[in-house]
Amino acid sequence: MSLEKIIFAFFSVLALTLNFSFFIGDLDDPLHHTAYELFAALVVSLIATIMKFGDRAHIGALLLATSLVADLQLIAATLVWAFAIYVAEMPMTPGIMSIIVSLSGGALLANLVSVTLLVVETATLRR
Amino acid sequence: MQRILFLLFRRLRWPLIVLVITYSIAILGLVLIPGIDDQGNPWRMDFFHAFYFVSFMGSTIGFGEIPYPFTDAQRMWTTVIIYATVITWLYGIGSLLSLLQDKGFRQVLSFARFTKAVRNLQTPFYIICGYGDAGSQLVHELSSRGINCVVIDCNESKILDLEIDGIQIEVPSLTGDAADSETLLAAGIKHPQCRAVIALTGSDKQNLTIAISSKLLTPKLKVICQSDNLDNAANMASFGTDHIIDPFDVFGQHFAMMFHSPSMYLVHQWLTSSSDKPLTDFQDPPRGNWVLCGFGRFGKSVSHYLSKEDIPTTLIEADTNSTEAPKTTIEARGTEADTLKMANISDAVGIIAGTDDDTNNLSIIITARDLNPEIFTVSRQNLLRNNAIFDAAKIHMTMHPETIAAKYILGLIKTPLLQDFLELAYEKEDEWANILLSRVLGTIENGMLETWEIEITPSRAPAIYNGLLQGQAILLRDICTDPRDYKAQLSCIPLLARQDDNRILMPNMSTHIDDTDRLLFCGNAQAYRQMRLLINDPQSLHYVQTGKDYPGGYFWKKFFSNESDQEIYTK
Repeated sequence: MSLEKIIFAFFSVLALTLNFSFFIGDLDDPLHHTAYELFAALVVSLIATIMKFGDRAHIGALLLATSLVADLQLIAATLVWAFAIYVAEMPMTPGIMSIIVSLSGGALLANLVSVTLLVVETATLRR
Repeated sequence: MQRILFLLFRRLRWPLIVLVITYSIAILGLVLIPGIDDQGNPWRMDFFHAFYFVSFMGSTIGFGEIPYPFTDAQRMWTTVIIYATVITWLYGIGSLLSLLQDKGFRQVLSFARFTKAVRNLQTPFYIICGYGDAGSQLVHELSSRGINCVVIDCNESKILDLEIDGIQIEVPSLTGDAADSETLLAAGIKHPQCRAVIALTGSDKQNLTIAISSKLLTPKLKVICQSDNLDNAANMASFGTDHIIDPFDVFGQHFAMMFHSPSMYLVHQWLTSSSDKPLTDFQDPPRGNWVLCGFGRFGKSVSHYLSKEDIPTTLIEADTNSTEAPKTTIEARGTEADTLKMANISDAVGIIAGTDDDTNNLSIIITARDLNPEIFTVSRQNLLRNNAIFDAAKIHMTMHPETIAAKYILGLIKTPLLQDFLELAYEKEDEWANILLSRVLGTIENGMLETWEIEITPSRAPAIYNGLLQGQAILLRDICTDPRDYKAQLSCIPLLARQDDNRILMPNMSTHIDDTDRLLFCGNAQAYRQMRLLINDPQSLHYVQTGKDYPGGYFWKKFFSNESDQEIYTK
């Protein structure tokens, strides 16, 4: 058991759970999805990605790739949010909310794959 | 390149994580702290504006408090995060800079650059291990002829020397251990254009390792090694090293040849000298008693070859035990007048200073000359940088082992047939060499002699090759004809023809040329250029054979050529 492994797994799983807590709720109801949750999910996802930098093993490369996908999806979701509210100056409608939430749903899938890979890797080590 | 990227990311992991965390705390704080808008209503900053504010504040651009002037609570928080973000940035940039200065990282960078430069080489090249005196001379000679080299040396300052030496073509170089197979692979030992590995590291053991690894990695590749030791040379030969050069042995042979057949010695000197140096004059070493100082590798070789020529020598050696010098040896350093007097220097005809210390060698020569002004002087020069003082001492013959090795290897690369020629020529009489010398003198104009080789292959001599393919008979005479005037001969002498396994010394002008033949010539540089033109250009070849120019272009061919020329052309 090493501290590095704990921190690594902690951030990977936290990225998944935060992503999930933003995603859960009615798809188009702005009351069910707060900006704080999206913010936390993005920050933790970024940290998890950086943690995976510089790992040359094959599974490491796969983990990095899934993390990058999650980042991309979450950044896209925040951009949609910021663009709709501040640039287009629209009120938050169920339509926009559903776009944001479904984008984060994509990130959720990527995070799920990432955590699954982590579990698989740990299981094959058998130590 | 990939390795560099991974290394970069790995090292920058922590600075980046710290940056993300600091930013997120700063943004979160700004969003949570209540503010007041321009109408005095309570207001909270949103994530978009918080991110914008932290971005310009953290990078110290600073646009002011937006969108509304801050409350005191917000200002207090801003004060905290200004310091936090600036310090984080300093940490991140500092880590990046220290990484770029890191020796390990720079090594990875230069290794990647070297590998890429070698991979991109398109023309034949030679791997030279060791950029010492011999290696640098060889690299200069080869690159001045447009031949690519790749240099490996474990000493970083030698690689820096290479960079400031001002070589016209790019020479990929790497600081590394050439005995390491990884380094050899990066230097392109498996590259299809690699022609040979040349080991000149100055250490026999290392040269041996390079030879072994090269032969194991690519058995067909030519390996050329310098070796100063008979045991190591035998070991190198045992696993197929193609050429092993012992400069002391080479010198000993030449030195003895000077007594045996002075003309032959001169033939050898002239043909192997580099083309940009004027030819040496005839030197007649006197026969009589010689004094030899130093019985190391040099002294052993010289005394061995001198005894073969029955030339009496008196030996002087400071350490008679470890060098296993003969009993008659005078045990002294040789730099003192007393010792030299003991060796009967006033009756001797020549002195050879052969210790491994340049100062001692010069001292021996000068002392000997004081005692006997007429004496013939020969000295070993250990360091190339002592050239000036050795020149000033006006010694009859100086022997620099590294130069001998470089010259020898250059000969192997440039004119491999020269070895065959010299081998056959040594069996001839002095008279034969004399005739050759006078013929050579007749061909050269300004004292510069060029030696070259041509090979009848589709790429090297297309005109000749295609001519032969069409059934034309091409004689050696044709190749030696001036392509500007078919009645005149080029100023060159055919020295050797190699047809399959037959070696013909001084081939007759009416010799028939066949494909895959290899021919060795010497003559002036002008003749070399004309011959290169001739073997590449079918029109010139036709002209020297018939004395007629055939029309080249479509228009001239159609309207102005006569039947017989047309025939030859369309064949």
